[in-house]
Amino acid sequence: MTTVALKPATMAQALTRALRDAMAADPSVHVMGEDVGTLGGVFRVTDGLAKEFGEDRCTDTPLAEAGILGTAVGMAMYGLRPVVEMQFDAFAYPAFEQLVSHVSRMRNRTRGAMPLPITIRIPYGGGIGGVEHHSDSSEAYYMATPGLHVVTPATVADAYGLLRASIASDDPVVFFEPKRLYWSKDSWNPEEPQKVEPIGRAVVRRAGRRATLITYGPSVPVCLEAAEAARAEGWDLEVVDLRSLVPFDDETVTASVRRTGRAVVVHESTGFGGPGGEIAARVTERCFHYLEAPVLRVAGFDIPYPPPMLERHHLPGVDRILDAVGRLQWEAGS
Amino acid sequence: MTVMEQRGAYRPTPPPAWQPRTDPAPLLPDALPYRVLGTEAAAKADPELLRLLHAQLVRGRRYNAQATALTKQGRLAVYPSSTGQEACQVAAALVLEERDWLFPSYRDTLAVVARGVDPVEALTLLRGDWHTGYDPYAHRVAPLSTPLATQLPHAVGLAHAARLKGDDVVALALVGDGGTSEGDFHEAMNFAAVWQAPVVFLVQNNGFAISVPLDKQTAAPSLAHKAVGYGMPGRLVDGNDAAAVHEVLGDAVRHARAGGGPTLIEAVTYRMDAHTNADDATRYRGDAEVEAWRDHDPILLLERELTERGLLDEDGIRAARDDAEAMAADLRARMNQDPPLDPMDLFAHVYAQPTTQLLEQETQVQAELDAEAAGPEGAGR
Ligand SMILES: Cc1ncc(C[n+]2csc(CCOP(=O)(O)OP(=O)(O)O)c2C)c(N)n1
Repeated sequence: MTTVALKPATMAQALTRALRDAMAADPSVHVMGEDVGTLGGVFRVTDGLAKEFGEDRCTDTPLAEAGILGTAVGMAMYGLRPVVEMQFDAFAYPAFEQLVSHVSRMRNRTRGAMPLPITIRIPYGGGIGGVEHHSDSSEAYYMATPGLHVVTPATVADAYGLLRASIASDDPVVFFEPKRLYWSKDSWNPEEPQKVEPIGRAVVRRAGRRATLITYGPSVPVCLEAAEAARAEGWDLEVVDLRSLVPFDDETVTASVRRTGRAVVVHESTGFGGPGGEIAARVTERCFHYLEAPVLRVAGFDIPYPPPMLERHHLPGVDRILDAVGRLQWEAGS
Repeated sequence: MTVMEQRGAYRPTPPPAWQPRTDPAPLLPDALPYRVLGTEAAAKADPELLRLLHAQLVRGRRYNAQATALTKQGRLAVYPSSTGQEACQVAAALVLEERDWLFPSYRDTLAVVARGVDPVEALTLLRGDWHTGYDPYAHRVAPLSTPLATQLPHAVGLAHAARLKGDDVVALALVGDGGTSEGDFHEAMNFAAVWQAPVVFLVQNNGFAISVPLDKQTAAPSLAHKAVGYGMPGRLVDGNDAAAVHEVLGDAVRHARAGGGPTLIEAVTYRMDAHTNADDATRYRGDAEVEAWRDHDPILLLERELTERGLLDEDGIRAARDDAEAMAADLRARMNQDPPLDPMDLFAHVYAQPTTQLLEQETQVQAELDAEAAGPEGAGR
């Protein structure tokens, strides 16, 4: 066996390792997409897989996203476990009809007879200087589609653990990979036995007592940075990393907000109609009597994702998060 | 040598990377739709097969009539009839081996039934129930669905997967003429050809997509010609000649099974009924056009062949009709019973394990049902 990851490993390397381990463990796992074979994917996440497992297991498909997902449906019907790579967030849209009309509902409409264990990997989010159509945060569309799981890691270890769990899941999973974190590193050790994280559990990334930042994916490190900065100003903030938008872990989120009494939801996706609205509503429904202030949102603006030259004005940053925390009606009470 | 000195000696060459690819000539469809009945080829057709096709066509026509009648009685939410297209429907089912897969479109419940699925189960979706009825794995028939052409890439993927696993399984996918304009048709054809997947595409060109005639759908020489652009053979067949459709489909299925890759078949046929029971076809086509097709009816063509050759007599025809009547009576009786409906089922299969949110919603509906059962007093209102 060759060793893929160096120490410390990047998120991209952990994802590669997860794919490789899944393919080695289960011959029904097939990776497919544009440029995933010889090139190893534009982000190199499938690097080496075609070489190790052959082109029938890691396949360069024609350039057609509906065709990729549509044929993956047929492959899953015949007992394979396709892992589909969409090259970029905005280039997953052509596959939307297959996703909504078939992938998400096949189990349901066949009363469980025909589950579709397909994992759809989508690199998403901004902050990498990408030109138009390379930085969308499209998770709200997928969250609004019953039958899909929507998962996104924020740490190197979760990238491995959640991708393994997604591939093992008997339900279709839309697996959002934060592009900005592909090259992030942490102390994840590829030599150690790896943990497969269950889908649907949020984690408290940083414990705090005064307010909860509820976030996921690329905004998790930003929130941790904000929490660090807040400490200097006397605010002790908790950071909850959702990891899975569907299923949604009401339990962890509710427990945190009931403890702290204040909450800000942070994400890159647009605020209007974005995930934050759903999350704020859920928190309010469950924590009303514990809340000292309305649940606030720090989100991308309601504009098409801006060009890289202006994207820093759009992305939720530390200052904007701290401003929101500052507006949580501190004068009123605790 | 300067460029001027080279003149005369210079021969243009193709661009460096250019290579001749697939020769298109063998892929081209015939100029006329292929016919068997009434031609010399009919003599070679197996009489048993012709009689079987006949019985199935008669049954199929009765099935369509019965299903349409059930819409009038409110027992079906909608029915897209395949009257006039029975030859395609029946041949598609009969040509497959048990291990093969059929991918129907929404108008193809007759093909599904001819494959062996219980008609009541085949009509589940059109009845307005929440699921697709039959177990797709029991007869290897993909679940019926209405988004046009989306089943085509599924057929390609399944055929590809079977080949990867070393199984000699063929997938046959049905689509309408309108469906060939969809992007999924193009993508499926292209994937199938690139992967050399063992899949056969049968386009039933019945002249219309609801109200839109073929001329507004495509400028291609024929729908079968589209195959050539993908590098697969295209075949043009008379879709009302059951023997011809069966033969052309059979050739394509054998070709696919032997590793020869996909085929696109265009069957020229006609939708005799309106698009569905809810449609008014007089808004877009005249009686004369429909009448012309009555002389080219699939049952008529086959009965003429069989009776002229002494392969079928009045008794045989009556037996086929009696069998069809019995099927219709059974369908009518069973469709007149309400299907079992449990609102709790709506939450049971969305995921392998229901989410906590779905469990909460299920509880809510259960409480509503309990209150309903208890009546106004029990509900405390
Ligand atoms: C993607 C999609 N668009 C529109 C429709 C609505 N619709 C249902 S049937 C139909 C016409 C289909 O024509 P054709 O493919 O020729 O099949 P036919 O009805 O003749 O069998 C249309 C437009 C649909 N079901 N799916």
